[in-house]
Amino acid sequence: MAFVSIFVPNFMVQAVVRAEPVLREYALALIDGNPPLYSVVAINEKAALAGIECGMTKTNAAQFAGVELRPRSRPQEKAAHAALLDIGWSVSPRIEDTAEDAIVLDTSGLDHLFRSEKEIAASLIELSSGCGLLSNVAIAANIETALLAARGFTGITGIPAGKESQYLSSLPACILPLSEETAETLGRWGVHTCGAFAELPVLQISERLGQEGVRLHALARGAKLRSLIVAEQANSFEESMELEDAVEQLDPLSFLLGRLLDQLCARLAARSLAAVAIHVCFELQPAFENALDPRKEPDQQKRLPAVYQTKIELPIPMRDSKMLLKLFRLRLQSNPPAAPIQKITLVADSARLRAMQGGLFLPCFPEPGKLELTMARIANVVGEGNVGSPSLADTHSPDGFFLQRFLVSPDARLDDGNSDDRKGFFHREQRSGGLFGTPASFRVFRPPIPARLERHADLPTGVIFQGVHGRVLAASGPWRTSGDWWRENPWQQEEWDLEIDFQPSASQVAAANYPGRGVYRVYYDVLRQGWFVWGVYD
Amino acid sequence: MNSKAAALRLQVESVLASRLATPFEYRDRQIVETVPAGIPPLDDLTGGLPRGSLTEIYGPPCSGKTSFLISTLASRTTASEVCALVDASDAFDPHSAETIGVRLNQLVWVRCRNADQALRATDLLIQGGGFGLIALDLSDIPPRVARSVPLPVWFRFRRAVEYTPTVLLLLDREPNAKSCASLVLRLQKRETNWLQTSENAEGNSLPHSPGLLLDGWKSCAEVIRSGIREKGQAPVSIDACGDRVNFEMQTIWNDSLAMCGRRTSAISKGARRKR
Repeated sequence: MAFVSIFVPNFMVQAVVRAEPVLREYALALIDGNPPLYSVVAINEKAALAGIECGMTKTNAAQFAGVELRPRSRPQEKAAHAALLDIGWSVSPRIEDTAEDAIVLDTSGLDHLFRSEKEIAASLIELSSGCGLLSNVAIAANIETALLAARGFTGITGIPAGKESQYLSSLPACILPLSEETAETLGRWGVHTCGAFAELPVLQISERLGQEGVRLHALARGAKLRSLIVAEQANSFEESMELEDAVEQLDPLSFLLGRLLDQLCARLAARSLAAVAIHVCFELQPAFENALDPRKEPDQQKRLPAVYQTKIELPIPMRDSKMLLKLFRLRLQSNPPAAPIQKITLVADSARLRAMQGGLFLPCFPEPGKLELTMARIANVVGEGNVGSPSLADTHSPDGFFLQRFLVSPDARLDDGNSDDRKGFFHREQRSGGLFGTPASFRVFRPPIPARLERHADLPTGVIFQGVHGRVLAASGPWRTSGDWWRENPWQQEEWDLEIDFQPSASQVAAANYPGRGVYRVYYDVLRQGWFVWGVYD
Repeated sequence: MNSKAAALRLQVESVLASRLATPFEYRDRQIVETVPAGIPPLDDLTGGLPRGSLTEIYGPPCSGKTSFLISTLASRTTASEVCALVDASDAFDPHSAETIGVRLNQLVWVRCRNADQALRATDLLIQGGGFGLIALDLSDIPPRVARSVPLPVWFRFRRAVEYTPTVLLLLDREPNAKSCASLVLRLQKRETNWLQTSENAEGNSLPHSPGLLLDGWKSCAEVIRSGIREKGQAPVSIDACGDRVNFEMQTIWNDSLAMCGRRTSAISKGARRKR
């Protein structure tokens, strides 16, 4: 049995740098605290070389040239910790959530998947790097030794069983979880390394430091044994970013969204999952005039952040961050937020990736991810709700239909089209020999065109619409229909099929813009009390 | 050197004489796959709609363009292909389409308000790819607007679908795509057929009658241009174009909803056909 520990050094800094990789090249200091008493809480190596120290005030730190100051970000630390857990779960189902910056994995049973423990460690380093974290990995026979080694040594460290004290002896004593009092005591004794502490007699340690000292002594020798506390697998994937300056334009917002989507997709890939929907929540900057209410006392003023929320639903689970970014851009172009954005949160609903098997003899079909992008682009051109798959509504109302989201169905592709219940009336009649011609179709005018009818003895003789007079050659009707009287929009009409011959003017003939001779469906709307042309047989 | 090349050529021709008549003659090896439009007389006339090409159907209003479109959509969706209809005037009727056999769940309907939206949507669909048929319906767009579409647009569409399995179908009142279309058909309406039900008094010469039912109409289709070539055959010459065929459109009445006032099926009642 072996345990592998992953430790992320300087976790607060790494959490911020994960969202802004370019900051790795700069001296970086994180500030925190209650305003105006900001102080430096974490620095990277370049900032330490520049002379910045933890505890320095923000004003003092700002005086150093070339140092980037960023606020500490707890949402990003939470996301980085979740990414660390995802990295662990991508390798082993048994992991312990030891600390915000460290986890331990049980690698027993993984020898069928990985050739050696070193391969496991190398895989973890690679996955961490993919998620934006630089980490140390240590392998040992017991949990505490692995944790200490990961904190103390950089890169990959392997400690053979039985040699724990030998490897841990060179580590500084401060790596042990010492209380202030114990650390001061060890300092007075001149004990600065784990090896020196391990050489002390345990009986005297217990007399002077108590049971806490005995525990620390066992840790320093690498002899502390305990069981793994297995963490429950979480299936939530959330990334968020707080912005120092609110973002208003789409281009910089896309840049930030792209980074967050990259991190989200990397975490999903580590768990062999994909996103089936992504929820976006923007916290908007409240407008100044709404921020203060002059009727209230200053201590009763409340700032309610406005929130913009939207959701992208995907036809199939996917984790292509570039495709997702394009979909978000199209959505934000058609429905932009009302105010500048000061915080971005992305949450992904995860699902297993679906493998679609192609075939040599199957008809071509659009690739689902590309089709979703095409539909979004077309919706931006013609308007949301004007592109999709038509579906007939469960009503006898004329023109009763609705548009629904178009999805490519694999079952429809596999069907050879011979199913009786899927063919329309025409095909059934054609097979039975009932029809001998091509089925005639109808063309609808939306909205119906107002018209005037000339009648003689209750039969229509002439029609005027679109500024042209037409003579009725043949009339079929009236056919009376009505319905939905129990609803808010009932309908009641008297329909005629009229063969009309138009007499256009010379200018209309020249423009070639007049109704042609043909059979039109004209109806009288009883409720609106007017004649309309519904459509034409074409 | 020339005599050696000539001798070599003669030797190759003699060896391949049993299989190829003229092995050194240049042959255009373009093979065009066609699909049926679902109208047998037109399929016999044209050989089908070519894949990877632009087909233009034009004619005056009420000439049968919409029926041609719906039949083609029914044929392609029944073959499990995903189709797209770019409707520049929002004139598509899902009810009649479903009755005729169009599988609506295999159809993407883009409802546009003008020609500009229709052209942009068509471009996006072609670039997206994967559709068996993309139909652009400009039938109700005024001819002067359709004429103002620059020719490079049609050329771009043609090049975009080339070497893809997509059939690009254009419907309009006048021919606008010109030489960009591989197949151009003109439709014209001939005469309307009316059906008189048995309830009406016989010998009634009035054209108007409550018992009258639209039975359909006759149309004529003419091939104006066809650039489809079959394997091993010479291209269709301009002299061979101008072929025409008459075909009949027939209306379908649904008799299952008589209680709601829908027309009853005249066919099942054995009604007399009126011309």
